[in-house]
Amino acid sequence: MLKTLGSQIKEFKKSSILTPVFMLLEVVMETMIPLMMASIIDKGIQVEGGNIRHICIMGAFMTVAAGIGLFAGIMGGKYGANASAGLARNLRKAMYENIQQFSFANIDKYSTAGLITRLTTDVTNVQNAYQMILRMCTRAPASLICAMVMAFVINAKLATIYLIAVILLGTVLMLIIRGATKHFTVGFKKYDSLNGSVQENVSAIRVVKAYVREEYETEKFTRESGTVADIFSKAECVLAFNAPAMQFTVYACILGISWLGAKMIVGSELTTGELMSLLTYCMNILMSLMMLSMVFVMVSMSVASGKRIAEVINETSDLQNPKEPVYEVENGSIEFQNVDFSYQDKGGDAVLKNINLSIHSGETIGIIGGTGSAKTSLVNLISRLYDVQKGAVLVGGRDVREYDMEALRNQVSVVLQKNTLFSGTILENLRWGNKEATQEECEHACRLACADEFIEKMPQKYNTYIEQGGSNVSGGQRQRLCIARALLKKPKILILDDSTSAVDMATDAKIRKAFAEEIPDTTKLIIAQRVSSVQNSDRILVMNEGEIAGFGTHEELLKHNEIYREVYESQTKGSGDFDEGKGEA
Amino acid sequence: MREKNKNIGKTFQRLMAYILKTYKFHLIFVAVCIFVSVLANVQGTMFMQTLIDDFILPLLKAENPDFTDLMKEITRVACIYAVGILATYTYNRIMVNVTQGTLKNLRNSLFTKMESLPIKYFDTNAHGDIMSIYTNDIDTLRQMISQSMPQIFSSVITVVSVVVCMIALNIPLTVLTLVMVAIMLTATKKIAGQSGKYFVAQQQAIGAVNGYIEEMMEGQKVVKVFCHEEESIDKFNELNNKLFESADNANKFANILAPVTAQLGNISYVLCAIVGGIMAINGFAGLTLGSLASFLTFNKSFNMPINQVSQQLNAIVMAMAGAERIFNLLDETPEVDDGYVTLVNAKREGDKLVPCKERTGIWAWEHKHQNGDPTTYVELKGDVVFDDVDFGYNDEKIVLHSVDLYATPGQKIAFVGSTGAGKTTITNLINRFYDIQDGKIRYDGININKIKKADLRHSLGIVLQDTHLFTMSVRDNIRYGRLDATDEEVVAAAKLANADGFIRRLPEGYDTILTGDGANLSQGQRQLLAIARAAIADPPVLILDEATSSIDTRTEKLVQDGMDKLMAGRTTFVIAHRLSTIQNSDCIMVLEQGRIIERGNHEQLMEAKGKYYQLSAGK
Repeated sequence: MLKTLGSQIKEFKKSSILTPVFMLLEVVMETMIPLMMASIIDKGIQVEGGNIRHICIMGAFMTVAAGIGLFAGIMGGKYGANASAGLARNLRKAMYENIQQFSFANIDKYSTAGLITRLTTDVTNVQNAYQMILRMCTRAPASLICAMVMAFVINAKLATIYLIAVILLGTVLMLIIRGATKHFTVGFKKYDSLNGSVQENVSAIRVVKAYVREEYETEKFTRESGTVADIFSKAECVLAFNAPAMQFTVYACILGISWLGAKMIVGSELTTGELMSLLTYCMNILMSLMMLSMVFVMVSMSVASGKRIAEVINETSDLQNPKEPVYEVENGSIEFQNVDFSYQDKGGDAVLKNINLSIHSGETIGIIGGTGSAKTSLVNLISRLYDVQKGAVLVGGRDVREYDMEALRNQVSVVLQKNTLFSGTILENLRWGNKEATQEECEHACRLACADEFIEKMPQKYNTYIEQGGSNVSGGQRQRLCIARALLKKPKILILDDSTSAVDMATDAKIRKAFAEEIPDTTKLIIAQRVSSVQNSDRILVMNEGEIAGFGTHEELLKHNEIYREVYESQTKGSGDFDEGKGEA
Repeated sequence: MREKNKNIGKTFQRLMAYILKTYKFHLIFVAVCIFVSVLANVQGTMFMQTLIDDFILPLLKAENPDFTDLMKEITRVACIYAVGILATYTYNRIMVNVTQGTLKNLRNSLFTKMESLPIKYFDTNAHGDIMSIYTNDIDTLRQMISQSMPQIFSSVITVVSVVVCMIALNIPLTVLTLVMVAIMLTATKKIAGQSGKYFVAQQQAIGAVNGYIEEMMEGQKVVKVFCHEEESIDKFNELNNKLFESADNANKFANILAPVTAQLGNISYVLCAIVGGIMAINGFAGLTLGSLASFLTFNKSFNMPINQVSQQLNAIVMAMAGAERIFNLLDETPEVDDGYVTLVNAKREGDKLVPCKERTGIWAWEHKHQNGDPTTYVELKGDVVFDDVDFGYNDEKIVLHSVDLYATPGQKIAFVGSTGAGKTTITNLINRFYDIQDGKIRYDGININKIKKADLRHSLGIVLQDTHLFTMSVRDNIRYGRLDATDEEVVAAAKLANADGFIRRLPEGYDTILTGDGANLSQGQRQLLAIARAAIADPPVLILDEATSSIDTRTEKLVQDGMDKLMAGRTTFVIAHRLSTIQNSDCIMVLEQGRIIERGNHEQLMEAKGKYYQLSAGK
């Protein structure tokens, strides 16, 4: 993990090195000040009649030291910010670029939410931790060591007290952190589930209200929030020992040094000035220790984030372009030869079993079958969104694995089941299909997809701004825009994965008719739930539990295929679906 | 800006009042403890002077140094220190209770309030925003209560007592120190202002980057399908670089703040040392070596609280923004419920209905008339009438226009029409998820506004199109319909809904815990559970929203079957998508743009050759 993250420092190496250097300089300057202070007291004030000259010289030195310290501190802060913000940028960039190489299988593995967290929260955590490491991890130990060394230089005997104090306080702090972390781990789990139940209530509020379960839910929540508060209280009760433990050590040191120091001064083993600087170092040492323990906690909390980021950066796409890719797709014919397919992340159970299939260029194929019958999995293999485990998928007479992926996908246009529009105007969205498409071409594609009617009704027509996720258009409108977008690619093969489910039947029929008339040479694969959407296709493929249960024309299947007949009859003679009728605008 | 500050002040006051309500004595005790703890610390510093002036210097001169007095003095200081440490622990410990207790109370208030809010609230507020109140806003508040508040309080006390001690020690040096403090504060303010500007820029840049990330990750598969990777990377790099620049600047200024105050503090220390040193030599203003030592320590301990306060101020401003959102939610108006007609169990005595405690299967509306007439009991039958109802989600835009409707007990009423025609809206009015603008809805002859909402909803069963399940066992999810249902009744309801079969095949059967809204079940299975949940409630009136989304044919049959069994013998309003459902209805309402344009049964409507006919034939 460290290697992966470290390799992303890149151009910020200079900053990453300079930060600790300047922090060290600042610490050294800070440590020198009490030492000069001792000199002022011993050689300036306590001598007979005083030595104003010495005081002034030392004072000047101290001012210079403070000035250098200020400069070093500012530079350290500047470079620290630069290095950590830079690392964060590089991490985001590296992840984002690698994600763009991900195959569908890779995306499935991490899930959308998982990827978002890694790119946002996790990066912020690492950024903060990195800045902490660069600045505090040098500053705190350096300050501790410098102060300790100085203390030993001044008086080794008294300094031993500090050594003991550091060890004692260190141990106590460790114990406190350990004890608190134990409770926090449990607590955060409970906290997550508490927030989960809020989430659930927010989205299911209608159910809660319909069943008048407000009180029941509130009771449930109160119980859970009580548990959360209890566990967090336990953790924080442990943390409550932090400040008193620190105070105890500091006070004990002050008193111990005062007592022994006084005796030593009287015995001429120590000067008053030295006693004073020793007391200043006491604070330096113990504060550094405290700081170190905080850094430790913060950094250890970000380790998990770092691991998650490294995972994404190191992930290699399981689909690679061939060494000598083919860029031309001959025609729109499709062939499946003994294809077996399974999703690795789902335990490798075969989703498609021994599929053999041959589709001619320009044919219109309807695909029908229940949920889980692997319709989507089947078509996803054609544009090589996933690779087969066994057998081969051929497009235009060649194995899809021989093509350049981009070339293949430009010729095999898929309208996904879960489709997305992006924030931007309608035109911008359409031009995802073809960057150079003219306004006319875009309008033509929209006419084919029956999207022109509603676009024309919008105030800004093709320049209407689509909100993120297409939230300002209805489901049916979104689907038609997505079809138009796919058409603009002018593909040899067009795949519609249940892409008209929210479009009313009349429009659905119109779209199909336009396809038949305007793009007769394109091979069209249409997955649908409604028999009416596929019954006019050249041939219909009936899928059942990962196998081909039938392949033929509507009439043939009605005669010979039981599954098809059953589906057909259950949707008898027209459907009662009046949804998304003409009222939609 | 001033307006904003005023708001922060108000929110702060309100928050304090909220905390004080429960933890008044806790907080007073905490204040006392902080006070004691700070004083103990300050007197320890004053001890420096005593140590040097009263003990070390005289002892140096003494022939036979006697340390017993020093021992006594140290013991005295040690005792005070001990009290200080005890006080520190005590207030830290109490603050744990105050913090966690307050957060718990706030969470509970928030949740209770949220549950009482009308559906409209959830329509108009993004779910993510509501969630962020529970997570982000509460979290920042925790930091403020547990850290910022005690720290600021103790800092203020420290500053005050340190100033007092400094004045007692030496006035000229105190003036010098305060001048330095003023410089420090000015510098801090300047830098903080700069950094604040960049932090706003950073916040915007973060928003832009996160928004882009979210959008592109959601659509990542589409990006792949359209080979749009390069464009996506280019745009991302642009945003990412902007974020880097603003983050770099924002953090730079934030990082500079600490060394600047620290080193200015050091300079202040040095100046005091020089001036004090010269004064001590000349014995000017009665400054002794001991008092100089003490003074210098005070000078040092002056800087820390100022540093802390300036850091905590930011935290407080952020926390107040969160607190404001929390209070805004708490200030939302809950669902109004002026209903006074309640639902009671009843039994027949002769031809009269009398209320009773036990469950009889007969319910009655207990109508306590407001004009003092004797209480009447009307049997719950499921007779629903809409009389010239107008409705809009807000007053400007009416979406339902003069809707008339009547359903006699046991009838099945189907709503058909395109999306946005108002089908779901009508059903949402029956259970008063929304209140109507004009007209009347009567239930068994009673205006539904007079019926207590809880009782009204108890009498209605609803199966929504989007099924929501809760994180608990399958059994408890079904039991959600009626909490006192026995295990046998749960199984019976599941059987009626055709859900028993698949439930038994789940790894733990009825005890399988569902998570993530039943993520491990298919759409159809989830619907079966929703039907079972409605079945167990056994309501006289049903509202069904048939799913349009695709289910495989086998499950679809089961769902259809389950729904049919559930509908038998009940007044049912169904938003229908299936022909069979529609054809079997007693009355079909065809809706278009918020109006009922046709009504009648299937045959009548087909004969009328209107919109319904067109829709049915229009394949």
